[in-house]
Amino acid sequence: MGSRASTLLREEEIEEIKKETGFSHSQITRLYSRFTSLDKGENGTLSREDFQRIPELAINPLGDRIINAFFPEGEDQVNFRGFMRTLAHFRPIEDNEKNKDPSGTEPLNSRTNKLLFAFRLYDLDRDDKISRDELLQVLRMMVGVNISDEQLGSIADRTIQEADQNGDNSISFNEFIKVLEKVDVEQKMSIRFLH
Amino acid sequence: FRGAKEKNHLIYKPYSNGIIAKEPMSSRDLGAASQEFEMSDIFYFCRRGVESIMDDEVTKRFSAEELESWNLLTRSNYNFQHISLRLTVLWGLGVLVRYGFLLPLRVTLAFTGVGLLVVLTSIVGLLPSGRTKNFLSEKVHLMCYRICVRALTAIITYHNSENKPKNGGICVANHTSPIDVIILASDGCYAMVGQIHGGLMGVIQRAMVKACPHIWFERSEVKDRHLVAKRLSDHVEDKTKLPILIFPEGTCINNTSVMMFKKGSFEIGTTVYPVAIKYDPRFAEAFWNSSKYGMVNYLLRMMSSWAVVCSVWYLPPMRREEGEDAVQFANRVKAAIARQGGLVDLLWDGGLKRAKVKDTFKEEQQKLYSKMLVGGSFLPWGTFYIERGVY
Repeated sequence: MGSRASTLLREEEIEEIKKETGFSHSQITRLYSRFTSLDKGENGTLSREDFQRIPELAINPLGDRIINAFFPEGEDQVNFRGFMRTLAHFRPIEDNEKNKDPSGTEPLNSRTNKLLFAFRLYDLDRDDKISRDELLQVLRMMVGVNISDEQLGSIADRTIQEADQNGDNSISFNEFIKVLEKVDVEQKMSIRFLH
Repeated sequence: FRGAKEKNHLIYKPYSNGIIAKEPMSSRDLGAASQEFEMSDIFYFCRRGVESIMDDEVTKRFSAEELESWNLLTRSNYNFQHISLRLTVLWGLGVLVRYGFLLPLRVTLAFTGVGLLVVLTSIVGLLPSGRTKNFLSEKVHLMCYRICVRALTAIITYHNSENKPKNGGICVANHTSPIDVIILASDGCYAMVGQIHGGLMGVIQRAMVKACPHIWFERSEVKDRHLVAKRLSDHVEDKTKLPILIFPEGTCINNTSVMMFKKGSFEIGTTVYPVAIKYDPRFAEAFWNSSKYGMVNYLLRMMSSWAVVCSVWYLPPMRREEGEDAVQFANRVKAAIARQGGLVDLLWDGGLKRAKVKDTFKEEQQKLYSKMLVGGSFLPWGTFYIERGVY
């Protein structure tokens, strides 16, 4: 009923997304509503501008890095599947008890995948290493103009020194995991639904 | 529709239809115990960012509120697909009634109301200034607005009429639609404020101002804040003139929240009469989404809905207090209106409907984070991130 019939989500698609991401049926339809409300061009995909229109995201110092995480390498549009796949990283881990995947592939919201998401926010050139330069750039995004280059440099140096184990002056994903082993990643990188 | 009249006050509960739980993160989530940079600090920004992607407080205010159950109007049908044949039949009958009977009736009434307004105010305008003219002007305005209220089948419940705005004061209300004016002006007489338009609107405006002093601005004058302030203060000083009606949000919001009040009206040193207007979304979607629909389209949709049911609360008058600046006063008034109408009180600017958020807000965030890094002090939660109601 109504002109939006062509953009309504089909049941098969909902099932596929459920399997891939672990979101429940109602969560998927809620997020689909959200997706369509952000899609001002009404063409079934979101562009970077669509995300930037969210004021709370636009004022987030790392807003651009987060937006980037939704777009695969070299692409400018993200469809609903891609949107959900990225959001799936933020499902609470305890929700997995309900639908254990028998095939054993790691769920998108596992601790490791949450850490990988955060790692990629730092890893600007996607070469699986956080170099000193990349760390400095991200730090600069977080602090703006309020801290001098020297101070920021020493913060970066200290951080790399603490994390770097193989002496290549950059942080690999495994070194990243080690540094954060005591941190409650599950709690900090999970978003709970109200329903 | 008599049963619709405010039977169920639960409609006016605070709108809290978010989809995710936004748990507060303490500033201890940053820098861990050492209050220095930790690689885990990124989780904080990351989670807040993704939360705002899933659900944010601002963008949803600029589109119509989602209903929990369908009200048989296709226009409210975002999430309700074909449910049953019976419902379709009911809907079909509804269409017949609304478009075949209600709409023509209402359009006739609307034309009558507007026509009478133009003609009668022009006639009253011919009279010399004085008590008779004011009296007749009031009667004419009220009568024509009441016809327009019938044209919308607006079922309005007014509360606390003892607080109705008086001469020399400024009435401020939350803004959802152009209909707000008709709703308020059919219960009291106000001096309207606005930009002079061309076309039919301009004809109406020019006629109205003949009968009693309204404040119309040329397009060029609107930008001049001093000129605007001067005209408003001159008006309120003259106690024979009617209270001014202003909508400080500056734009239509979807009636689930009250957004930033522009401080201009609060700088004029006079009594402010706050008014809260809340529409019942089950009978009509009163919000005018001006980026989607033009005015005529909107009015036709209103007139082909079931009815416009709303509540108006006249709140006790407020004055600016010692040591309070215009912005603080504006926020105090806004909070009172939000509380009464069961609306979310936001400090975000309604102008974000069309404009981008200013960079200064992001710079604020960066400054706060930097302070923690080098200052090494725990900042109280409320000052750290954009919480609902802080910006």
